[in-house]
Amino acid sequence: MSVTHIGAVGSDLGRIEGPAKVTGEARYAAEQDHLHDVAYVWPVQSRIAKGTVRWIDDDPIRALPQVLAVLTPDNAPRLQPPDDGELAVLQSRTVSYRGQFVAAVVAQTLETAREAAGQLQVDYDSESHDVQLTADHSQLYRPGEPDAGFVSDTDEGDVDAALETAAFSVDHTYETPAQHNNPMEPHATLAVWDGDELTLYDSNQGAYSVQQSLAKLFGLDPAAVHVLNEHVGGGFGSKGTARPNAVLAAMAARVVQRPVKLALHRHHMFAVVGYRTPTIQRIRLGADADGRLSAIAHDVVEQTSTVLEFVEQTAVATRLLYAAPNRRTTHRIARLDVPTPRWMRAPGECPGMYALESAMDELAIECGLDPIEVRIRNEPHCDPETGKPWSSRSLVECLHRGADLFGWAERDPRPATRTEGSWQVGTGVAASTYPAYAAASSATARADADGTYRVRITASDIGTGARTALTQIAAGALHVPTDLVRVDIGDSAFGQATIAGGSMGTASWGWAVTKACVELREEVERRGDIPGDGIEVRAETSAEIKARTGYTFQGFGAQFAEARVNVDTGEVRVPRLLGMFGVGRIINPRTARSQLIGGMTMGLSMALHEEGVLDPAFGDYVNHDLAEYHVATCADVTDIRAQWLDEQDQHVNPMGSKGIGEIGIVGTAAAVANAVHHASGVRIRDLPIRLDKLLGRLPTRIG
Amino acid sequence: MRAFEFVRADTADAAVRTVAAHPEAKFLGGGTNLVDLMKLGVERPDLLVDVTRLPFGSVDVEPGGTVRIGTNVRNSALAAHPAVRTGLPVLSQALLAGASGQLRNMATVGGNLLQRTRCVYFQDVTKPCNKREPGSGCPARQGVHRNLAILGASEDCLATHPSDLAVALAALDARVAITGPDGNRDIPLAQLHRLPGDHPEQDTTLRHGDLITSITVPPLAFAERSAYRKVRDRASYAFAVASVAAALDVDDGVVRDIRLAFGAVAHKPWRAHAAEEALRGQPATAASFRAAAETELAAAETLRDNGFKVPLIINIIVRTLGDLAGERS
Amino acid sequence: MTEAIPGTRVRLQVNGQPHELDLDNRTTLLDALREHLGLTGAKKGCDHGQCGACTVLADGRRINACLVFAVAAQDVEIQTIEGMSYDGTPHPMQQAFLDRDAFQCGYCTPGQICSAVGMLEEFDQGWPSAVTAGEQPTALEADEVRERMSGNLCRCGAYMNIVPAILDVAVSSARGLTPPGPPAPRSAAPQKPPAGGAAPGSRAVTS
Repeated sequence: MSVTHIGAVGSDLGRIEGPAKVTGEARYAAEQDHLHDVAYVWPVQSRIAKGTVRWIDDDPIRALPQVLAVLTPDNAPRLQPPDDGELAVLQSRTVSYRGQFVAAVVAQTLETAREAAGQLQVDYDSESHDVQLTADHSQLYRPGEPDAGFVSDTDEGDVDAALETAAFSVDHTYETPAQHNNPMEPHATLAVWDGDELTLYDSNQGAYSVQQSLAKLFGLDPAAVHVLNEHVGGGFGSKGTARPNAVLAAMAARVVQRPVKLALHRHHMFAVVGYRTPTIQRIRLGADADGRLSAIAHDVVEQTSTVLEFVEQTAVATRLLYAAPNRRTTHRIARLDVPTPRWMRAPGECPGMYALESAMDELAIECGLDPIEVRIRNEPHCDPETGKPWSSRSLVECLHRGADLFGWAERDPRPATRTEGSWQVGTGVAASTYPAYAAASSATARADADGTYRVRITASDIGTGARTALTQIAAGALHVPTDLVRVDIGDSAFGQATIAGGSMGTASWGWAVTKACVELREEVERRGDIPGDGIEVRAETSAEIKARTGYTFQGFGAQFAEARVNVDTGEVRVPRLLGMFGVGRIINPRTARSQLIGGMTMGLSMALHEEGVLDPAFGDYVNHDLAEYHVATCADVTDIRAQWLDEQDQHVNPMGSKGIGEIGIVGTAAAVANAVHHASGVRIRDLPIRLDKLLGRLPTRIG
Repeated sequence: MRAFEFVRADTADAAVRTVAAHPEAKFLGGGTNLVDLMKLGVERPDLLVDVTRLPFGSVDVEPGGTVRIGTNVRNSALAAHPAVRTGLPVLSQALLAGASGQLRNMATVGGNLLQRTRCVYFQDVTKPCNKREPGSGCPARQGVHRNLAILGASEDCLATHPSDLAVALAALDARVAITGPDGNRDIPLAQLHRLPGDHPEQDTTLRHGDLITSITVPPLAFAERSAYRKVRDRASYAFAVASVAAALDVDDGVVRDIRLAFGAVAHKPWRAHAAEEALRGQPATAASFRAAAETELAAAETLRDNGFKVPLIINIIVRTLGDLAGERS
Repeated sequence: MTEAIPGTRVRLQVNGQPHELDLDNRTTLLDALREHLGLTGAKKGCDHGQCGACTVLADGRRINACLVFAVAAQDVEIQTIEGMSYDGTPHPMQQAFLDRDAFQCGYCTPGQICSAVGMLEEFDQGWPSAVTAGEQPTALEADEVRERMSGNLCRCGAYMNIVPAILDVAVSSARGLTPPGPPAPRSAAPQKPPAGGAAPGSRAVTS
């Protein structure tokens, strides 16, 4: 199937829902109009990290004015066992981590629900907990299958032998802390029952997936569960599947027999909605005298919870980024008494590439090569892991073009040689990469007699611009202007579709939309007119997705950073970031640029600020708010630019597009860390790059 | 949040009487810290007395140069006041280094001084904290303390005072006017905040029902040569990791007089008397600035993760004083 | 809480409209807007003054509505994002955000816009910032905007577009703060300076 487009795709159409968002008219999950009959549920969180709930003194709470119900593991509605243990809300007295929901209070007002939940006395039988990840943790094991269907370990050739004979080698351990997604809109659900039919206004990245999960939990036909997510205030992976809020709201609404709203507090989000696992990554590189890699080894240690085995695929990008005859990757995991880590923007690639691309910088220095040159010398001609050809790969061109725009040629490679006032100045580079996935989805396209078109698909626009991009794709496939096309999304009633995740939304939904719209256009052309009741076509893409083989589909990029390190304080500022990407055809340059810059901004935040601080004594992330868990502010972002090549890829999907939601965050932290090293001579191998890590290692001041 | 009664005070006397008569009552100013702590369950008043409409909302320069700041003056208005902006740069800079535009529009000067610590244990009612619950213990010593005290802490408490404004006021020898159940009094700011000792639950020397009505800043001949340097973990909108308020009088290369205070290092704004004493009469050089700073920090007691504050404070003292010394008028 | 929960009949002025509500004293201005008046434009991102998503104008000054009790906000003129546009015509700041694609998920956006409008007014009155180090600012540069807007977090990372959007408004319409249409009945005017009244050159402002 090829696509003919007539201008819609590639234009910078403004966001369809933009006016609703800037006027405040856009309604997010907890903002539906149920002012008069809605009740509020507030969760009670475990105060121990491991053990069991012994006793809950719920009667005094139930007796309080305005309290409608107290849900406990003893009285909460029974659910069908879920695949995801986090969704078995209040199904057992077992406590698996601090902050897990152990009860909930439903009340007529938000204020009373919160206060009463705080008053509820819960007694525990606590057991000693194990919450600290270490490189040599005794419980580390080789997991069955990391996220996204990868194998945990790969081993090609003889890495150890190659390392022994290498002319140059690097062997360092890099660490990344727990990082919390923190979308601006906390997870929220408004649950409304009508008999045995459930409607959920839920903040998620995939209404279809949430519908399926909730139907299974409550033993309902999926058709009896209706999930709506018209507007979603960000997710970054943390809303990728149903979260406990959806389950608890639905339970509470069933118990009190009225609509119930649950908008999680920011604090809750540091326990129950997922986060990026901390990682400990040992990278070993061996290279010959010319800087050509003979060996790459990437050994990852990370954590999961006892509730669910989630294994971040941290080393997978290392398997394909550079050519080396001897390659080894491993993932080892410890099940700790901690909240369950989950997806966070580019799970795997993001922390993994911080390590690999820092190590490549160190290798370049060992070899006395420019860091761009060492990457170019290790460019593989096909996917080193599978031997498959690339559907397209533009890393080298991204490095060259980015270097030109950034002014890399003037760089003095010696570290700690440039000072401006109290600031040491340096630059760094790193590669980016992210797979171009696609998943089967279905869409309906309809032509009406008045000449307008309507497309329906259970897509989610979590800020990506999906609604707008799909409108352009539909218009392009229909050969009509975009203003004749309305695309409705965010409603599980529109049928199966994949989530806004894995950077595959536009590719997957766009494929289904394209197929439906092409078929509709052909049908309209065949009939010559549109009957009074219109024409409707439904399409789904599982056959196309299944046939998508023979290539490795992957986006690439190069990121350049300038860093300034204050010699007095160790403060770091990043005045410039430039990303150059090869990500196929850009559907909408306006929203694409925003998304890529957004990813880089989050990458900058990761590099300098973000760290979930675990308290070993209690087992929770203590900096559980936005005052203590720092994300980049406006003042931290001076000049971040994203550009792209005109990359043609006729294999990847009918649109020729690769996902752009995640690649922007991949490599940013390494580029910044490399720039910090170039500025100061100090190599930071554990994120975030904070002033206290630099301070003691900077040159002592006179005086 | 505990349910509470709400009254708006018409006069300071009425406000004081009302709060004094209710053991669990609190004054409500801008609310930026109290409302936050009420939501957390840390503060649980049963009565709030709104004092924001009391007539303490002006900044006045008195004959002789003393600046009198009404307790209800919002932080943003104080920072913008011409007498402060040009005459007391350290004060304006400290205010502008704090919080956000929105919070500065809300926060009152009196309330700012009475902010409570940002220690994560204090803010989490599910954990022990001697400040919140005397005798319950202090998990910070073994636990999370990267941003806690290096000076004047006790076995019971490592809390730091989070205000930027208070650090500048401490350097400027400000005084605090108080009206309370026992009448009016006027105390040095240095006597408002206290070290934790055996009673970390007491942030200040105020008694229940005491209401700050104004802050006065006495004239200081070299106040125009003053600065506030704040170090934080991101470029804006973050509490200090360390800060320095300084005013410097240099004559012919010699330090004639100096005012120096530190923030984010102790339970109170830390006036660096030892460093000041060490510097008077000394050459205004980086070497003597550093030596004086080291004198002051000799008393520092650091823990596993907050030792970096010592060189950090020393470095920003040297830099800030060096900059001020270089600004020859 | 065994007795009746203390509440107050609260008079709120929102976007020029008077409202009377029987509210629990604990109800914040933000929750009064969102849960009682159905004005959900002001967002709840953190509920503790740490993100700025709830920013509204109170007597023309930007504040965090999550840290104000509604009962304490009586007699204050509140302006929310819903009161920014007039009769279907967006406020210049709203238009600039659209033109610059200055948002993605949109959840921080109403707060950003209200904050930006309030910030330009502060700048117009000569208020300093940390960037000006206490000096009266002369020209609104990007670094000024970045510092002054740092109380509004955006997790999607739209800062690179937010700053130019605000500068567009600052540059294009001398002060750019008067929305199209008759301002008086629906604006936050007349406005008092914040308590303290010390704003230099303060004047009545309509936003």
